[in-house]
Amino acid sequence: MSDLIKFVEAEYSVARAKFPSFKAGDTINVHVKITEGNKERIQQFQGTVIQRKNPNTNGETFTVRKISNGVGVERIFPILSPSIEKIELMREGKVRRARLFYLRGRQGKSAKIKERIRHTK
Amino acid sequence: MLKRLGFKFIIQQKMSGIIGKKVGMTSIFSADGRNVACTLIEAGPCVVTQVKNVETDGYNAVQLAFGERKEKNTPKPLIGHFKKAGTTPKQKVVEFRDFRVEFEGQVDLGKTVEAGQVFVEGDFVDAIGTSKGKGFQGVVKRHGFGGVGGQTHGQHNRQRHPGSIGACSWPSRVFKGMRMAGRTGGDRVKVINLRVLKIYPEKNLLLVSGSVPGPKNSFVILEK
Repeated sequence: MSDLIKFVEAEYSVARAKFPSFKAGDTINVHVKITEGNKERIQQFQGTVIQRKNPNTNGETFTVRKISNGVGVERIFPILSPSIEKIELMREGKVRRARLFYLRGRQGKSAKIKERIRHTK
Repeated sequence: MLKRLGFKFIIQQKMSGIIGKKVGMTSIFSADGRNVACTLIEAGPCVVTQVKNVETDGYNAVQLAFGERKEKNTPKPLIGHFKKAGTTPKQKVVEFRDFRVEFEGQVDLGKTVEAGQVFVEGDFVDAIGTSKGKGFQGVVKRHGFGGVGGQTHGQHNRQRHPGSIGACSWPSRVFKGMRMAGRTGGDRVKVINLRVLKIYPEKNLLLVSGSVPGPKNSFVILEK
């Protein structure tokens, strides 16, 4: 990528710094700003990250999957979207691949992701 | 120059512009939260190489030049032309007719014109470039034909064909200008009303909304 494009993108990518680092398999809680008429409120969307697309670019998006009333729901967020208020990292997952599309066909115990436990000295 | 506002065409008498180079594309989020695709253009600094006026040339115009060029690759007459303006040889020379009146004094021979002088954020500009060459293409890509439109009723090998190109015993020929397959792209294309989203005067960069014809590193003429 051209240096000049990097120069322009750097200005807009500052929003990224306020988010914790997360990856596929992690459970996160996304606080999304929603405008209804003149009112603005925060909606939370908690689920498993199943992929991060175009990482480390300004066009990066991530997909969060959750089971809502027995139905699988996926939402794609652009990481630099101004409507993302906050991202909380709830739980780190231990997975062996970067894209967890295999979760889509699964339910219950087989859709479970093991927790990654970080041992600190 | 024509500017489209709604359904009306308004003829603008005076215009100004600059020559630039397409750097590439990116996207930014606008103030209302929409993701806008935009093109980055390195515009200027351009050098004024000739000023034409009604008395000597019959019309008013300003000739700008942009992009460094080696002297050994420049034709001798052109070297002399650049010397007259007191600059080094340039790659691209473009004439802009009827430069805006507010540039009086700023566009004398040999002076430089920069992106920050000509445009302000929020301006609508027209971009002219040479579109990417696409080689020999069929009528669906080249002219936007719909194709045959079905795979049944006896059709099996003509989904993207042009269909009929004329009647039979009259006129007994194909009319001139009938749109057919052929070389596509590589044409001069003008895209109108691109909004200037941001200007970086210290680097002569312009961020305009939407796409601009041509590959990266190609010359783009921006008109206001």
